[in-house]
Amino acid sequence: MSKRVYITGIGIVCAIGNDVPETLLSLLAARSGIGKITLFDTIHKDVLPLAEVKMSTSRLLQELEHTGAKYLTRTALLGMKAAGEAVRSAGFRKTDGYKTGLISATTVGGMDRSEDFYAGFLENPAGGRLIDIINHDCGDSTERIADFLGIKDFVTTISTACSSSVNAIMLGSNLIKTGQLDRVVVGGSDSVTKFTLNGFNTLMILDKTGCHPFDENRAGLTLGEGAAYLVLESEACVMAGHKKVLGEVSGYGNANDAFHQTASSPDGTGAFLAMSKALKMSGLDSAEIDYINVHGTGTQNNDLSEGIAMERLFGEHVPPFSSTKGFTGHTLGAAGAVEAVISILSIEHGVIFPNLNFTTPMKELRIRPVSALNLGHAQIPHEIRHVLSNSFGFGGNNSSIIFSKCEAKSIEQ
Amino acid sequence: MNNIYINGSGNVSPQATTDNRHFLENPLSFEVRRLKCIDPDYKRFIPAEQIRRMGRIIRMGIAASKLCLEDAGFGAAAVSAGEFVPDAIITGTGLGCVEETEKFLTSMIRNKEEFLTPTAFIQSTHNTVAGQIALMLKCHGYNFTYVHRGVSFESALTDAMTQMQLGEISNALVGGSDELTANSFAITSRLGLWKQNPVNTFNLLNDHQRGSVAGEGSAFFFLEDHQTACSQAILNGVTMFLNPSSPQEISSRVRDFLAVHQLNPGDIDLVLMGLNGDPRTDILYHDLVESDFPLTSLGYFKNLSGEYHTASAFATWLAAMMLKTQTVPEVIQINKPPARLEKVLIYNHFQGKNHAFILLSRP
Repeated sequence: MSKRVYITGIGIVCAIGNDVPETLLSLLAARSGIGKITLFDTIHKDVLPLAEVKMSTSRLLQELEHTGAKYLTRTALLGMKAAGEAVRSAGFRKTDGYKTGLISATTVGGMDRSEDFYAGFLENPAGGRLIDIINHDCGDSTERIADFLGIKDFVTTISTACSSSVNAIMLGSNLIKTGQLDRVVVGGSDSVTKFTLNGFNTLMILDKTGCHPFDENRAGLTLGEGAAYLVLESEACVMAGHKKVLGEVSGYGNANDAFHQTASSPDGTGAFLAMSKALKMSGLDSAEIDYINVHGTGTQNNDLSEGIAMERLFGEHVPPFSSTKGFTGHTLGAAGAVEAVISILSIEHGVIFPNLNFTTPMKELRIRPVSALNLGHAQIPHEIRHVLSNSFGFGGNNSSIIFSKCEAKSIEQ
Repeated sequence: MNNIYINGSGNVSPQATTDNRHFLENPLSFEVRRLKCIDPDYKRFIPAEQIRRMGRIIRMGIAASKLCLEDAGFGAAAVSAGEFVPDAIITGTGLGCVEETEKFLTSMIRNKEEFLTPTAFIQSTHNTVAGQIALMLKCHGYNFTYVHRGVSFESALTDAMTQMQLGEISNALVGGSDELTANSFAITSRLGLWKQNPVNTFNLLNDHQRGSVAGEGSAFFFLEDHQTACSQAILNGVTMFLNPSSPQEISSRVRDFLAVHQLNPGDIDLVLMGLNGDPRTDILYHDLVESDFPLTSLGYFKNLSGEYHTASAFATWLAAMMLKTQTVPEVIQINKPPARLEKVLIYNHFQGKNHAFILLSRP
């Protein structure tokens, strides 16, 4: 049994960077990744913006030196790229005898290829290339990543809408705590597809000008794509390898809003419960949270419900918070892991990355996000020790997780 | 660690399985390429105005989960009124809400992205079944959905057991669901998953055509950290692995798994296997029997359920009910049934790739 769960590696590919260093540079430069749709043909092309990863599918294949062009989906490729970076940064050898797992999250899986298949199939039941449909299911991308990394001890996939990849971190942490695994790669990957773009468009929650989280005049979210993974290791594993530790997973909570299939409750019940559970597990006082990376999609409903939940939980002392979806867009199943990597960068560099596109505070709330990168701001602590990150999804799924700085000293104990 | 008990189960399947007081009394045989679930009277579980708008897998999942809680001793009225709330709802599904996904995808393609309505998109999300159950039960607890091919249900079981071991929860509603639509059957037929000609399902293992018979179903279990009058079985453990390199690896995986529970293959009274009639992949079951269970009683179940990603949830129901009733239905027997039934091992794999063992014992 390992009481503590350490983070020893991170990897990311998203609209603002093809790896961790690039992503950090964009965050520090307050440079958004939201732009025009280039990846596929759609009637929404010049109307709705997207936060696309700035790499074509063929370039991803080239970079990964993979010969699987015929069958690999964009979700699998993004996942392989980010998980590969995470594993390299943790620096472990897969042959060192430690029991290693992979838990990946996705909501669309291989939907990009299924769209092509169905166009042919609907014309004619014998139509559509089968190679475009065999990778439709969510498990496919995970198994491709597992093969790429050489992991087979425990491999599974989670799909709980927009909270998926935080849940992957939770399961991974639990498996380390019970000793079922020594080390686990956790995170998520989702590519943008016509299916999700049109789906969210029917809900009328896509902002034509790019998302404005927590702004009074917010008009919806902006879809993004990407993948991010963390390597989690047990105490024994870290000590044996004298590993550099980036932080630890100190608490998490999952709760269901049980209010509506897609909408959040007006009093933020699920969000409140998830954050409370995470705090309770961490043993931290609410005043010890230095920063909240909020879910903050930019929809009317989410930001109000989440804001109310934060005011309920933290009262007059809501910690500094920001939504980083103005940078990355809403990466759905990858969002929790993308924001986990951003939270860890926040701890590592002592910086709160700003909530882009914010001008007017919401009239229902007392709080407002950190909207400018202000390294010398008196309200913002230079040292960020504990970050709470929220991810909420369809099906009432609410997840919160706390990442903490760990001193070399505390690992030795 | 304390034992984990299966204290209730609900099963919507191609067989008459919705009343555990009558355990497979009249198993049904079919001459088919695919099996369809027998629809229970959904009005008993879901408000009439919601049934019509609800995708079929969601209806099946809600019915199975409510049957499960009733079976665990919570009165139907109390379950319907949301008076009983589990600590966690954890589900597994290979493909999720296929019908709704196809519906949205089809209209998007046919109408060239115009005139779309959100209902199908909203219900297409993989976690819709778990979300709708939470909504019906007003359950604010932990809510997860696993979507990993042939080990989706096993992942859900692993999660529940792990959290019970950590003391995070003391009970959980855990299930596996998959639906088969006309389109998904047509596509998977083209991929060669199913037999070309109809087969008598009771003769599944003697048919030499490639492929299996397609199936679907939803089975839920109420797991608790203590025994009750309703206890059906102890859930001792689950393990899963990917793409074994040889039959020897499968053999050593089962021995390692049993050793964790201080057991040898000889201690198992019945091995319930996922034989699906496809000679290409059934060989893996035969190999394991030969290497590790040459004298053990053997059973199978896909003649009843058909093949699908979460068929092991049907097997878990079958094993739990056998342990509770201390009977081994003739329809599942491959050889002589055991004289006593204390320990049942389920071995299932999906297309030779995703493998899992589930160990259950008599409470």
